[in-house]
Amino acid sequence: MKKIIALLLACLMVMCLFAGCNNNTPSAEGGSVYYLNFKPEAEQAWLDLAATYTEQTGVEVKIVTAASGSYSDTLTAEMGKADAPTLFQCGNQQGLIDWDEYCLDLTDTKVVKEMTTDDFNLYNEAGELKAIGYCYECFGIIVNKALLAEAGYSIEDIKDFASLKAIAEDIHANAETLGFDAFTSSGLDSSSSWRFSGHLANMPLFYECRDNGVTEQPAELTGAYLENFKNIWDLYINNSATAPADLTSATGDQALEEFGKGKAVFYQNGSWEFANLCTDETKGYMLNAEDLTMIPIYCGVEGEEDAGLCSGTENCWAVNSKASKEDIQATLDFMYWVVTSDEGTQMMADNLGPIPFKSAKTPENSFFAAANEYTTAGNYVVTWAFNWTPNVDDWRAGVVSALAAYSAGTGEWTAVEEAFVNGWAYQYANQG
Amino acid sequence: MAKKRKSSDSSTVNSNLVRRPIRKWFPLFVLPTLACFFVGFIWPFLEGIYLSFCKFNLAKDAHWVGISNYQKIFESLKALDYAQIWEESGLWGTITATVRGNDFTNAFVNTTLFAIVSIVLINVIAFAIAYALTRKFAGANIFRTVFFMPNLIGGLVLGYIWSMIFEGILKSAGMQSLVLNSTYGFWALVILVAWQQIGYMMIIYIAGLQAVPEDMLEAARIDGANGWQTLFKVIIPNVMPSITICMFLTLTNSFKLFDQNMALTGGAPTVTLATGQSMGTTELLALNIKSTYERNANFHGVAQAKAVIFFILVAVLALAQLSATRKKEVQQ
Repeated sequence: MKKIIALLLACLMVMCLFAGCNNNTPSAEGGSVYYLNFKPEAEQAWLDLAATYTEQTGVEVKIVTAASGSYSDTLTAEMGKADAPTLFQCGNQQGLIDWDEYCLDLTDTKVVKEMTTDDFNLYNEAGELKAIGYCYECFGIIVNKALLAEAGYSIEDIKDFASLKAIAEDIHANAETLGFDAFTSSGLDSSSSWRFSGHLANMPLFYECRDNGVTEQPAELTGAYLENFKNIWDLYINNSATAPADLTSATGDQALEEFGKGKAVFYQNGSWEFANLCTDETKGYMLNAEDLTMIPIYCGVEGEEDAGLCSGTENCWAVNSKASKEDIQATLDFMYWVVTSDEGTQMMADNLGPIPFKSAKTPENSFFAAANEYTTAGNYVVTWAFNWTPNVDDWRAGVVSALAAYSAGTGEWTAVEEAFVNGWAYQYANQG
Repeated sequence: MAKKRKSSDSSTVNSNLVRRPIRKWFPLFVLPTLACFFVGFIWPFLEGIYLSFCKFNLAKDAHWVGISNYQKIFESLKALDYAQIWEESGLWGTITATVRGNDFTNAFVNTTLFAIVSIVLINVIAFAIAYALTRKFAGANIFRTVFFMPNLIGGLVLGYIWSMIFEGILKSAGMQSLVLNSTYGFWALVILVAWQQIGYMMIIYIAGLQAVPEDMLEAARIDGANGWQTLFKVIIPNVMPSITICMFLTLTNSFKLFDQNMALTGGAPTVTLATGQSMGTTELLALNIKSTYERNANFHGVAQAKAVIFFILVAVLALAQLSATRKKEVQQ
């Protein structure tokens, strides 16, 4: 008897080991949706929307949100499971390299036919539509107009790099009497450095690509506009309350706080900061939306008076081609519903800003209003050339280190140029 | 009475009557543990080796590419013009250029230097503290607790806290930031890890020191041995097992170090090599493997190949070191 019990127990223990492996929940008839959401700030909105959709159609929608900065890790982990995401984010050149074989060709799907522009969509080398830009963003220099007026200027005074420089230097010189400085700290800590190695570096990248008529990832750069990059970087770091040598450890939150508490007039960042600055009560800044606007990043390029904001996106949806047919169909139906239904478009407008779909609603975010004003006035849009960056993390790490050394006075600007130009060529050649 | 029962118990347990069925059923009882070991260790290990010969984004969709992942690790070295470097800077210059011209060899040298420095530093200091704390004085236990406490803090937290401490000190001294100077970065890591691990090794040494037979020490005293002689001729040979364990632990810990490295400097400062490759100058091997993996999906296999080389290195070193120190152990 004892032997039998022992045998049973041992078998049970072994079986328990494998019990964890079996989590294949049978999917509802007709398929279900699993969306791996990229934006933590919109998590609740997506959950609510998913609940509404399930209520209306009976189709199960699972929303999982990756923690900030860990999307790629989470995606890799989730895609390896039997119950993988059916809808995920694949936003740039690197994303295409990583996930090409998992992305369904979306050409001729219903949701694509609802789109108003093809500008933000990603195609692979074979020309298949692999990911669609579902919302777009803009970045530039956020300006606190109220403080600018206190310093004796208005937004119309800033037309190009020279006027921006004159005003910033004047504010910085009088910072003590004014009680605020020109720029927020340009922190090079990893929580903030992407604003410069990614977004600010877009200026020389964009202009060079524009001049050369580049339409796909360039193999090498000449660095023709790096002098302009230096102009604007020097302006940022020399006209702020934080000493250039301290930038290595300055964080993104620090810059946000400086701007939120009215300690600086200019803050380089994007439309996604609107909620943090104006509506997020937990952050507590609650700036008046009417006081804020966004201006183009002027860096001394000829003709830049006609520049608009930097508009583009890394927010592109891809559908998992390895999911079951039913799940793929359910996912495509869900996407279509999100961009066409009242509930879906409202949620997108409230949480993600403008979306390139026919039924889009207008968002409240005043930075997009600024972007539209520039476009309506006929200014050219500065597109996101940095989405072409090969081996993003490696390339940016080189640029950030060189920028940090230059700012601290221990390195030369030539190191930034080398990281920019040679680094690009190397990373391009070593993507495969 | 109690003693008698105990002895009869052990003889019962050791009797053949009891042991035979245990021996018979032993495979069954080992099965759960063995299955765990297989699922949790053997299988991932074998799959890891297999993946190092594959190109993959997800492990389930891997396809075989042969040894190209291993070749890619050292690819950047092919670009070096050895003849010219040799002419300009001789043997040492060529070695340095080779080592520093590749992220993996650079990380390997960093790790080796780090291991040497921290093994010496940690063990010497830990032994000294243990030696001091086994003297009888008031508060010795409090000191033991205090020295052990850094061990209870996670590596990531320590890394971030210490980076603030170091940055604060360097800034007030008017020196360069930690992330701009690779020498500072290296020594900061040594200090951090020493601070964290000395307490742990100290506990092992204390246990070893307390086990040194009192009669041997007494004999040494009677024979007129002075303090140093007692230390080197009696105490150290007797604590050799502890030294073996501590050396083994510090060696493998140094080679596998990851959290602290990532949190303290994250490999910064990054330099752009002549080839255009960016390389974290304070990266140790484990961090280098991670950053390789993150480059893009084409480098997942390369990172895996590095991990296999890394495993072989650590295993060989640890085994060599174990057998070397074991020989010096004395049997009582």
